[in-house]
Amino acid sequence: MSSLFDLLRELFSYGFVIRAMIVGLLVSLCAALLGVTLVLKRYSMIGDGLSHVGFGTLAVALSLNLAPLQLSIPVVLVAAFLLLRLSENSRIKGDAAIALISSSALAIGVVVISLTTGMNADVCNYMFGAILALSVSDVYLSVGVALVVLIMYVLSYNRIFAVTFDENFARATGMEASSYNMLIAALTAMVIVVGMRMMGAMLISSLIIFPALTSMRVFSSFKRVVICSGVLSVFCFFIGMVVSFGFSTPAGASVVLINLAAFCVFSAAGRAGLKV
Amino acid sequence: MVSCRNVSVSYEGFSAVEDVTFDVLAGDYLCVVGENGSGKSSLMKSILGLIKPTSGRVTFDGLGPAEIGYLPQRTNVQQDFPASVHEVVISGRAGRHGPFAFYSRSDRARVDENLERLGIADLRRKSYRDLSGGQRQRALLARALCAAERLVMLDEPVAGLDPMMASEMYDILEGLNRDGMTIVMISHDMKGALRYGNRILHMRKKVLFFGASDEYVGTDAYRLLNAEGGE
Repeated sequence: MSSLFDLLRELFSYGFVIRAMIVGLLVSLCAALLGVTLVLKRYSMIGDGLSHVGFGTLAVALSLNLAPLQLSIPVVLVAAFLLLRLSENSRIKGDAAIALISSSALAIGVVVISLTTGMNADVCNYMFGAILALSVSDVYLSVGVALVVLIMYVLSYNRIFAVTFDENFARATGMEASSYNMLIAALTAMVIVVGMRMMGAMLISSLIIFPALTSMRVFSSFKRVVICSGVLSVFCFFIGMVVSFGFSTPAGASVVLINLAAFCVFSAAGRAGLKV
Repeated sequence: MVSCRNVSVSYEGFSAVEDVTFDVLAGDYLCVVGENGSGKSSLMKSILGLIKPTSGRVTFDGLGPAEIGYLPQRTNVQQDFPASVHEVVISGRAGRHGPFAFYSRSDRARVDENLERLGIADLRRKSYRDLSGGQRQRALLARALCAAERLVMLDEPVAGLDPMMASEMYDILEGLNRDGMTIVMISHDMKGALRYGNRILHMRKKVLFFGASDEYVGTDAYRLLNAEGGE
C-alpha cells in the first residue's frame, strides 16, 4: 500500500504529469459526455474521422511552422460539419465517405511529415500520444475548452436528450435539431483537438466511444448512462496514467486498455443480469 | 385547424405526393389510408415541417409547431435506447422551452397526467428498452400528448401490435378524441379507420377520396383498396 502511495507521490512531483492529469481528466470527462450522444446517434465514426483530420492538420501546421492547435481547431471544426452532413445524408454512403476522408487526411499528414521533418519519433508521438507534449498554454486552452463543453452540455442537456432519442419528433415539436447536431459536432471537434496530442490521433476516439458503450451494458436510463460514462472515463484515465507511470507503458494506450478492461467487466455484469 | 393546399412532395426527382388539398377541422378524427408508397407518411412529414413541400402550402389556424404531438412510425424510433419512460415522455416538453431551459414543475405535472391517462404510471421508472411493443407505443403517445395541446398526428400507431393491444390503443385514441383532441392517423387497418375515424383521406400520391367515413364505403376508391388486398 505504501509503495502505491510513494508511486503516486512521485508521479505528482513532476510538472508534466500534473499537466497531463489536468488535461486528461477534463478531456476524458467531456469526451465521455459527448460520446453518449455520438454512440446513440451512430455518429461514432465522426469522432474517429475527426482525429485523423486532426493528425493531418497537426502535421501540416508543424511543417509550416504554424501554431498547431490554433490551426487544428478551425480545420477540425470545418471537418466536423462536413462529416456530420455526410452522415446525415443517407444517399451518399456516409460511413464510407468518412472512412475516405479520414484515411486521406492521415495520408496527407504522413506525406507532409516525411517531406519536411522526416519520419521520426515525433510522428509516433502524434499518432500514439505523448504526455510530455503538453505545455502550460495547452493546459489553459484545455481548461477553457472543457468549461465551454461542460456548460453547453449541462444547459442543453434536455434538448440533447430529445434530439438524440428521436430527431424527427424533436424537429416536429419545434426544435432546431440540426443546430444541436452541429453543437455536438463542434464540441467533439474541440475535445478531440485538445486531447489528441496526449492520447494520440489513433487512440483519442476510444475516449469518446468506450465509456458510453461500457455504461450502456449496465445502466438503462439516459441520465445514469451519462453520469456513469463521465465518472468511468475519469476513473479509467487516472488508473491508466498510474499504470503507465508504474510500468513505463505509453499513456494513451494504457488508458485505452483500462477502458477495455472496464468494458469487459461491465459486459460481464450486464450479462449476469445486473441492470440498473 | 390545418389546411393543405396543392401540396406536392418529391425526393430526388421521385414524386411522392401530388397536388393534395384537404383540411383538418377541430375535433376531427381523420384516417389517412392508401397502399404502401402512396405518400401518406410524406404528407404527414410535410405537415409537421420535417420535409419541405416542393409546391403548395400548409397553414395552421392558431396552432404553433410546438403544439402538435407526433407519434412516428415504430421503425423510426430506436428500440434499444437507454432511457427511462419518464425521460422519454418528458422530452415531449423540450420544444416548448428556450434553448437552455430546464423542465418546470408544470412539465412534470403534465407528464404525470399523461402517464395516468394512458395507464402506464407504474412504468415511469422502467427502461424504454425493456418495454413490450404496446407499452412502447403508449410511452410514445404519452410523449406526443405532452407536446400537443389540440392536435396529434400518428403514423401507423397500431402496426405491429397484437389485436388486443391494438384495440386498447383505439380505445385510448377514441377517449382522447372525445375529450376534444383532434387526431390525424395513418393506418393500414381499414376496419379500425372506418369504425373510429369520422373522416377518411385516401391517397395514391393524389387524393382519391376525401370526406366523411360513412360516405367512403361504396366509392370506387374504397373498392379499389379492398380489392387490392389493402386489408
